[in-house]
Amino acid sequence: MALLSKKDANLILDPLADNNPITIQVLGICSALAITAELKASLVMAISVIFVLGVGNVVISLMRNVIPSKIRIIVQLIVVATLVIIVDQVLKAFAYELSKTLSVFVGLIITNCIIMGRFEAFALGNGPWKSFLDGIGNALGYGVILIIVGFFRELLGSGTLFGIPVLGDPIAKTGLYATGYENNGFMIIPPAALIVVGIIIWVQRSRNKALIEEA
Amino acid sequence: MKEKLHQIKLKYRGKKMAPAFNAIHTFLYSPNETTHSGSHVRSADDLKRTMNTVILALVPCLLFGMFNAGYQHYSAINGFPAEFSLFEHFLTWDNFWLGAITVLPIVVVSYGVGLAIEFIFAVIKGHEVEEGYLVTGMLVPLIVPVDTPLWMLAVAVAFGVVIGKEVFGGTGMNILNPALTIRAFLFFAYPTWMSGDQVWVHGAVERTGTADAISGETVLGYLAQGSTEFAYSLSDMFYGFIPGSVGETSTLLILLGGLFLVFSKIASWRIMLSAVIGSLAMGLIFNGIVAAEWIPVYSKFYGLMSFEYWQHLLVGGLAFGIVFMATDPVTGSQTNRGKWIYGFLIGFMSVMIRVFNPGYPEGVFLAILLMNVFAPTIDHYVVRGNIKRRMKRLKTATIHPKVTDGAEALKTETV
Repeated sequence: MALLSKKDANLILDPLADNNPITIQVLGICSALAITAELKASLVMAISVIFVLGVGNVVISLMRNVIPSKIRIIVQLIVVATLVIIVDQVLKAFAYELSKTLSVFVGLIITNCIIMGRFEAFALGNGPWKSFLDGIGNALGYGVILIIVGFFRELLGSGTLFGIPVLGDPIAKTGLYATGYENNGFMIIPPAALIVVGIIIWVQRSRNKALIEEA
Repeated sequence: MKEKLHQIKLKYRGKKMAPAFNAIHTFLYSPNETTHSGSHVRSADDLKRTMNTVILALVPCLLFGMFNAGYQHYSAINGFPAEFSLFEHFLTWDNFWLGAITVLPIVVVSYGVGLAIEFIFAVIKGHEVEEGYLVTGMLVPLIVPVDTPLWMLAVAVAFGVVIGKEVFGGTGMNILNPALTIRAFLFFAYPTWMSGDQVWVHGAVERTGTADAISGETVLGYLAQGSTEFAYSLSDMFYGFIPGSVGETSTLLILLGGLFLVFSKIASWRIMLSAVIGSLAMGLIFNGIVAAEWIPVYSKFYGLMSFEYWQHLLVGGLAFGIVFMATDPVTGSQTNRGKWIYGFLIGFMSVMIRVFNPGYPEGVFLAILLMNVFAPTIDHYVVRGNIKRRMKRLKTATIHPKVTDGAEALKTETV
C-alpha cells in the first residue's frame, strides 16, 4: 500500500510542478529575488518556509472552526508571526552568519503571499492532515525554485556552490579561470533572479502547453 | 544559380529547415513569389533596404574605429605626436592593420552568434528569419571597448538576442533595443572590462603591471575623477581622436551618418533634434548650478557639472546613441509629438546620469533603455490627448449644413 493515497500525494506533488507557487501563481517573488544569490541562503530560506507553512497550516486547520471569520486575518498573522520568530531566533542562535545574510527576509516570511494564500485557500477549509500535506507541498514547490535559481546564480555569479569554489580560483587563475573565464557580476544583482525565474517559466510552459493562458 | 535556388526552395517548402534556407536565398536574390490578388503597388523600401541603409551609415564609423584603435595603441606606446597630421599619424596602414585585426573578430563574433540564434529560433518557430539582426550585429562592435574578450561578447550577444528580442516574439516586437541590451549586460556582468582606463586602448590590459604598461582614460573618465587635465583638444573630440568604444568617438562621422539617415528618411529627425535639445538643456542647468556657486569646487560632481554644456555631445557615446540607438523605429515612440518627448528625455537623462553617477561614466545606454520602456506609455497619452482635443473641437464646432440631409456626413468630416 502506498504511503499516501493518490489524492493526498497530489497535494504534495502538484505545487512542485504544474501548480508551482512561484512559476505558475507568481507568489513569493520578492524573497525569491532577494536571497537567491547564494545557494546556502536559498536552502535555509526554503527550509524555513517549509517549517512555517507546514506547521502554520496545521495550526490554522485545527482552529478553523473556532476562528471568527471577521478577524481571521489577524489570527493568521499571529500564528505565522509566532512561527517566523521561532525560525528567526533559531537561526540567530545556531547560524548567526547566515541570518545576517538573510537579514530582514526571514522576518518578511510573515508577508510572503504564499503563506497567507495557503491559510486562506486551504487550511481554513480542510482537515489538519491534508493541510499539513498542502503546506509542505507548496513550501517545497517554492523551495525547489529557490534552489534552482540559487544554484545558477551562485555558480555563474561567484563560481562557488555552498561557498565552495567549484570552477577554480579566480585570483590565482586556476581551473576554468585559467582560460580567461570570469564571474558574471550580473548574476549577483537581484534583476538576474527575475530573468532566471522568467527562463524557468518559459521552459516549463513550452514543455507543458496546458499551462499557457488564453491570450 | 538563381533558377537552381528557386527550385531548391520549392523542393524544401514546408520542411523544418526551410526558413534557414529561405533567409540565405532572399538575402542573395529577390524572391520569385508574386502576389496573386489584391493590390500590386510595392515600395522598394522593404526591411532589408532599411537595414542596409543604416549599415551604410555605420560603415564610416567602423572604418574610423579601426584607424583609431591603431592610433590610440601606438600613441599610448610612443607618445602622442606633437604636430598631428592626419595622413602621417592617423590614416596609416599600421593603424588600420592593428585596428582590423582587433575589430574584425568582434564583428565576426557579433554577427556569427546573433545570426546563429536567429536561425535556430526561426527553425524552431517555423517562421522566416527576419533581418532585424543585421543592424544590431553592426552596432554591437561599435559600442564595446576594443579589447572586449570575444567569449564575453558571445555570451552577451546570446543573452541580448534571446532575452532582449526573441522572448518578445522577434524583430519588431521587442521592447528594448537589442544592441543596448547587449551593452548593458556586458556592463553589469563584466564591469572591469567595460570601464576604467585600461580597456579603451588595445593591449593595455595585457601590459598591466609590466614595465610597458599603457593606459588611456576617456574624457568622461577624467571628468568623473574631477580632473580637467586631459590632453585632448576640442577638435580631437569632434573628429574623434580620443579613446572610447570602437565606433562612438568621431562626432563628425556620426553627424554625417545621421544626416544621411535623415535625408533617406530612415531615422526620425525629431528624435535626434529633441535629444540634442534635451542634453543641451540639462547641460545648461548644470552649468547654471556651477555659475551660481551652489556646489563647492571639491564636490565630486564639480568636474562633470562644470563641463561646458555643448561639449557633452562631443564626448562619450551620446552622439552615437542619439543618432543610431534612440532612433530605432521599433523601440522608440511612434507618434510625432511622442518622438519629441521621447528624444528630449533621452538627452536630458543621459547627461543627468553622466553627472550624478560617476560610477557609470556613461549614461546614454541606460537613458535610452529607460525611455524604450516608457515609449509606449508616451504614445498612449499622446493618442489620448489627440482624441480629447478633437472631441473638444467637435463640441465647439458650428456646423453649417448646405442641405439638411448632408448634415450627418459633414459632422463626421469636421471631426
